[in-house]
Amino acid sequence: MTGEQIIFLLVALFTLGSGFMVVTTGNLIHAALWLVSTLFGVAIVFALLNAGFLAVVQVVVYIGAIAILFIFAVMLTRKDMRDQGPQVNKNWWIGALLAVLTFGGLYFLLQGWNGLSRTAADIPSGFDGVAELGTALVSPDAYVLPFEVASVLLVAALVGAVYVAFNRK
Amino acid sequence: MDFWNDPLKVAADWLLGILTSWGMPDLVAQVLVGFLGVLVLLSLLMVLDIFLVWVERKVVSRFQDRIGPNRVGPFGLIQPFADIIKLLIKEDITPNGADRVIYNLAPLLSMMSVLILWAVVPLAPTILGVDLNIGALYIIAAGAIGALSIIMAGWSSNNKYALIGAFRQVAVLVSFEIPMLTTLLIPTIFAGSMGMNAITQGQDVWYVFISPLGALIFLIAAIAELGRAPFDMGEAESELVAGYNIEYSGMKFGMFYAGELLHAFTFGGFWAILFFGGYRFFGLERVSPFLAVAVILFKAMVGYWIIMWIKYTLLRIRIDHMLAFNWKFLTPLAFVLLMVTAFMNALLADAPGLIYTSGMFLSNFVLAWVALEIARSVSRKERERRDRAKQVAQAHH
Amino acid sequence: MVPLSWYLILAAALFSIGLFGALARRNAVAILLGIELMLNAVNINLAAFWRYGNVMNMAGQVFAIIVFAVAAAEVAVGLALVISVYRRRNTVIADEIDLMKW
Repeated sequence: MTGEQIIFLLVALFTLGSGFMVVTTGNLIHAALWLVSTLFGVAIVFALLNAGFLAVVQVVVYIGAIAILFIFAVMLTRKDMRDQGPQVNKNWWIGALLAVLTFGGLYFLLQGWNGLSRTAADIPSGFDGVAELGTALVSPDAYVLPFEVASVLLVAALVGAVYVAFNRK
Repeated sequence: MDFWNDPLKVAADWLLGILTSWGMPDLVAQVLVGFLGVLVLLSLLMVLDIFLVWVERKVVSRFQDRIGPNRVGPFGLIQPFADIIKLLIKEDITPNGADRVIYNLAPLLSMMSVLILWAVVPLAPTILGVDLNIGALYIIAAGAIGALSIIMAGWSSNNKYALIGAFRQVAVLVSFEIPMLTTLLIPTIFAGSMGMNAITQGQDVWYVFISPLGALIFLIAAIAELGRAPFDMGEAESELVAGYNIEYSGMKFGMFYAGELLHAFTFGGFWAILFFGGYRFFGLERVSPFLAVAVILFKAMVGYWIIMWIKYTLLRIRIDHMLAFNWKFLTPLAFVLLMVTAFMNALLADAPGLIYTSGMFLSNFVLAWVALEIARSVSRKERERRDRAKQVAQAHH
Repeated sequence: MVPLSWYLILAAALFSIGLFGALARRNAVAILLGIELMLNAVNINLAAFWRYGNVMNMAGQVFAIIVFAVAAAEVAVGLALVISVYRRRNTVIADEIDLMKW
């Protein structure tokens, strides 16, 4: 058990435990805060994968914007300050069965692939991930088109969200 | 390697040598030495924080034409210790109906979000926590955790005023992150990297002379991020109650208060690093790292003084004016400034130093003048429209 | 060191947990929380395949960034819809929003 493996196991346990608490806890604000800790665990996984830019963007976008948006939405859509009623609907066992089957199916599919146990090649020295990513995002023979389309998507979502949620007095 | 030239490496190697000679495996020894380094930095920061409380109280008293604490110790220097002792011996209250875990976690997260910022501050060319090549984004990430702690504090207090104060404060915080992020990209363009050390090394000419408008927008956005006046919606919004701080007393309130002061000092430091040359001062940092540390602490203190000056001079801005100012003026201005900066940088890239500096400075000046003219004409039209509506309403009486 | 399979199993487990949350919860906001977990699992997968494949090929990271943008857009519009429904119907329980059912 190398140090890296121990760290990965701890982080994975933390992330999966927080994810489990997200979907099972009764209090919705607690669920949103458990989501924050899950997102933080995922950011640490990105850092373990040497994708430092993704890790920081995960914290800024997901925790700094999306999780806060969730907390705002939970606070704006409750009838009073307490939670009432059960939090899972009456066919929850079908959902659980489907989740277990999905995980089993994915695991089974992965076993049939022989590249599964490969270990990571070392990063070539002098490799600047951020600069490479930046070049890939704006270079015409790389990924500038998906980049621009994503920005159009964000503008559309911005206009749509403001229009839908606008409170005409 | 000489101790005076590279103190951190020499100390770390010496400790590692001792630990491995005791039989500890190498990896564990390195982790332990890393932890000790973090502990030393945090202790020094907390001592600095206590000193900042004294600075704050003396400076605010001078602005208000009084003397400030002068009874406890010479010039009132022992006053912060008395404050801390008072906060520590207060009763530790959790309000009835509050969410215990979140209520107690919020001040810790608030303090943590400030302390982790110091991992990327370059105190000297060889004294810094970690040389992240995405240091500028890391600052925004730490601010995001701070925003989360404010929501946690506001919601878990089980108090309507706390909730409203927290909502407004987080709305301001999230809104002003955008101009801050955009102006953080301006030193990135000049230095070619987001790392704090690279930005400092790239400042042969201080970036404030190349992009003064960028420095100004960063300062405004940073003051809004800090939650200090004139943008302190979260703290004193309801005037008599203290926003998300209401239900906190004793050392938990102390953590919020001290965290806010340290945050202000840290952003004074970042303003100095990004626009005023960081630890550089006409080659002084090559003499000794300790001189570099002194230079950057001095510059951070000057930045902190400017932030305090603004706080104790200006009135608080109303929440809708604040958000309108951000979305209708500051964000478009920051975006246009970024585009103009990138364009001028590409245009003047090969020009000699003086032409480059004056060209960028001139473009900033022109942009600021145009923006102010547009703002003035819009507000004049708005005023005329309102006056005309008032005249029509009066004529009908 | 850490084989690729560990990352893929972590992503599969997170995806399944998110799937359970999206299928079994009553509150509409809680369903969106499950969807967020699924999108994060996908991101872990993309980043792992980038790292364990050819590191010079940036497709994995670029795709992950596009997924960030899509997730943010979807959460914004989804929550706007939920808030709007709450204003009209005064409920966010998914079972009770059934005006268009036969």
